[in-house]
Amino acid sequence: MHDDSGVLTGAHFVDGDHACCEGAIAAGCRFVAGYPITPSTEVVERIAERFPFVGGVFIQMEDEIASSIAIQGAVWAGKKAMTVTSGPGFSLMMEHIGYAAMTETPCVIVDVQRAGPSTGLPTMPAQGDMMQARWGSHGDYGIIALCPNSPQECFDLTIRAFNLAEQFRVPVLLMMDECVGHMIERVNIPPANEIHTFKRRYYHGSKSDFLPYKAEQDMVPPMIKAGEGYNIHVTGLTHDEKGYPNMSVSAQAKLIKRLVEKLRVNVDAILDYREEQVDDADVIVITYGITSRTAIPAIEQARKEGLKVGHFRLVTAWPFPEKRISELALKVKSFVFPEINLGQMVYELERVVKGNAHIIHVPHAGGTVHHPKEIYVAIRESLKG
Amino acid sequence: MGEEELYAIETSVPPNPIEELLRMDRIPHIWCPGCGIGSTVNCFVRALQTSNLDLQKVAVVSGIGCTGRVAGYVKLDSFHTTHGRAIPFATGLKLANPELKVVVYSGDGDLTAIGGNHFIHAARRNVDMTVILINNMIYGMTGGQVAPTTPLLATASTTPHGNFEQTFNLPFLAESCGAVYVARWTSFHVRHATKAIKEALSKKGFSFIELLAPCPTLYSRRNKLGDGLDQMTFFRDHSEIKNGADTKSVALDFQSKIIVGKFVDIERPTFQEAMYKHLKEKFGEKYVPSTEMSNVYGKN
Repeated sequence: MHDDSGVLTGAHFVDGDHACCEGAIAAGCRFVAGYPITPSTEVVERIAERFPFVGGVFIQMEDEIASSIAIQGAVWAGKKAMTVTSGPGFSLMMEHIGYAAMTETPCVIVDVQRAGPSTGLPTMPAQGDMMQARWGSHGDYGIIALCPNSPQECFDLTIRAFNLAEQFRVPVLLMMDECVGHMIERVNIPPANEIHTFKRRYYHGSKSDFLPYKAEQDMVPPMIKAGEGYNIHVTGLTHDEKGYPNMSVSAQAKLIKRLVEKLRVNVDAILDYREEQVDDADVIVITYGITSRTAIPAIEQARKEGLKVGHFRLVTAWPFPEKRISELALKVKSFVFPEINLGQMVYELERVVKGNAHIIHVPHAGGTVHHPKEIYVAIRESLKG
Repeated sequence: MGEEELYAIETSVPPNPIEELLRMDRIPHIWCPGCGIGSTVNCFVRALQTSNLDLQKVAVVSGIGCTGRVAGYVKLDSFHTTHGRAIPFATGLKLANPELKVVVYSGDGDLTAIGGNHFIHAARRNVDMTVILINNMIYGMTGGQVAPTTPLLATASTTPHGNFEQTFNLPFLAESCGAVYVARWTSFHVRHATKAIKEALSKKGFSFIELLAPCPTLYSRRNKLGDGLDQMTFFRDHSEIKNGADTKSVALDFQSKIIVGKFVDIERPTFQEAMYKHLKEKFGEKYVPSTEMSNVYGKN
């Protein structure tokens, strides 16, 4: 039974989709709009079940376009809000990722990745939306994307997604995959008072001559809620600090540079990655999401054979840990990068490594996970010569 | 008369009473001379001023296009969203805080072409919002392309040989989808339109007003219908007030008679009333509505 805050404290045996739902509730999310799509539907099904008892409002919208903008309406009315989808729906949401970035509307979008393109393999995994997550909406903007590798992390990172969204006023993408979404494991939910949730920063100053889009020191402006007499104007057009449209080259430069820079200057507060035996490694296996688990038997086998293999797991895929990876690139011979796509995050790795180490990509078209042997072979291959 | 005297005369003009609800620091607006959108904003503001609404709780949501710019000119909480998506944004705003009075103000192309699906479903659900649709029968902002509302045989930039697509009858669409209030007026009928907006604002549920407005720059010019004043004269001479008319019978043709009036005014539970009532009946005290839901729906 949940406590007053809705947090379902205790140990649970649930899948990643259900854990994501509980993470959202624990983070304080009280508005969800969604549209059914496999393999993400269980998240909103559980939300629909749970919300009447925790003060939440759930609506099943007519499509993903509507879902991804309805949550933003709810945010401006003062709620923490989320939508949930998979590849085809994620494609439809791109427009509103851009709107959230431009209007600095904090929200969480969960993509339980399945194999594409198009309808693809609806019930089978892939990691094919990673570049779309970074660049899918038109124009320049910053984005945060997190990659859980277990139901526990689906819970933990959903909370973190909300916290990051609120802290930096950006859309945050939780990039799950079908395996993690449907994998059932133990999930420990702590008591509500042990869960850190970021409280939205509101502007409370004068109602005349205020500048709703004037950034504070961390480059993030405080929020304003509809209905409080501020007469705020929010637009997806290029706007000035007052929030008014401004069709000038200088206004564009000022706004868009800030939208990108606010994540760049705060990158250390955002980045999350896990390292294991990387310091004396000859080869580092880079993984995210479910591949971090299929890589383990391969890494263990190679280590048994005396190879110095490190493991570097991206928990934040975006922003990419540029600084740390470029340091490691000077120390290791090679990187092995398995992904359930035919090459996406590996391009970011190549950009950062700048030819200082050899890179072997282990592609997979999707539908299932890598056989550890494929990764093992790549590890051995990477150390030849 | 010296220059100083001229200024003295100008400054002695009393402010327009609607200015208090306009963002005067954004005037002049972008609309063309003879465009009807400004007149409808005048009606909207006057309706708000004479309503008993707490204006602090009124939010205006627009999509994209000429009418989409309305949100940028009204001094209220206002949201200029993406093309076609004003209604789902407004849905989120309203559901998250039912204490707000949410008005969607947008154009015919925005609300019934790219946003058509959202229009249908918000009306079906009876989400509590007032939708003011300005129908200028064309895509104005992008240069006069054919719209779902362009009359048969009218010329548009993408129907240079005349439009052969069937025209949307918007009051019929709104009624058949479940709107509780449906009216049509033109930008000539400023008093009727003001009264209709005031009435619609007082309704609970999905209320819909279609306001025909001239687009002299792109629709009238291309179709050789004169300027804005000529279109207003046409509205005056060819409109027929038929309150309670069957919405099936109010379709528009090229320069045809325009049936105006209030066509639908019914009551049915709104989406949130239904949600609150259903969950309360089902779960009693166990149901925990949001504070805002309790404030609005928990009083009875």
